[in-house]
Amino acid sequence: MNHWPFIIAAYALTFAGTFTILVLSYLSMRRAEAALAALEKDK
Amino acid sequence: MHAFANPARFLKIARPMTPFLLVIGLMLVFGGCFSGLFLTPPDYLQGESVRILYIHVPAAWLGMGGWSAIAIASLVQLVWRHPLAGIAGRAIALPGALFTAICLVTGSIWGRPTWGTWWEWDGRMTSMLVLLFLYIGYMALANSEDDRASVSRATAIFGVVGAINIPIINRSVVWWNSLHQGPSITLKGSTIAFELLWPLALTVVGFSLIFGGIVLMRMRANLAEAKLEARLRRMASL
Repeated sequence: MNHWPFIIAAYALTFAGTFTILVLSYLSMRRAEAALAALEKDK
Repeated sequence: MHAFANPARFLKIARPMTPFLLVIGLMLVFGGCFSGLFLTPPDYLQGESVRILYIHVPAAWLGMGGWSAIAIASLVQLVWRHPLAGIAGRAIALPGALFTAICLVTGSIWGRPTWGTWWEWDGRMTSMLVLLFLYIGYMALANSEDDRASVSRATAIFGVVGAINIPIINRSVVWWNSLHQGPSITLKGSTIAFELLWPLALTVVGFSLIFGGIVLMRMRANLAEAKLEARLRRMASL
């Protein structure tokens, strides 16, 4: 049995999951901190 | 520890730490994965599929480490009522669940060419699946609350009680007959040959730093949202 399709699938899933949560966490942090900064500026 | 529970002091440290953890973590992960995929030899028994080890083991470590951190944060919240403890618990839950799911999926993918089966209801795999359900339960409880800046007492108690599963996962391969191999890395040393082992150190440290960076970003987001909500409420009441 060729193991490489299994290895590629495992690495692809791991990188996709890690990249997705990284981007989502970054965007939610940027959005929340920008909204707070905008409110403090308006004050 | 009490000093770091101050949100202002935490932010002062978290802001420079976030990119530092992520950059170093990504470099280590790419270096470790490249080495694991192309530089190490295949295992004499498992063949090429041993390369899945370099992502499966860090995922398992972070799934278990994540819940251990939730349990500590929950205990700190229950005992000392630190303002950051609930925020930390909330921030850890999603990445912890993700890495637990990655551990289960990569283990299943590894099992098919190695054991000839995608899944077996043995102690290690079942207790790891229970951990994923615990994460889902914790997130459901935390998200049912209005206060984004903390978690309720019930959620914190759930976080502490769920930690019972961590030693069960760890000892499962010793207590019960299992398809899963026994402990390869213990305090006494490793049964894995050094030629195969060294990239694992890079990916374990690398994924741990990325996990830390993700948790800091999520804590910062939760803190900013809580602060924003409090200011808007104050302005509405004026």
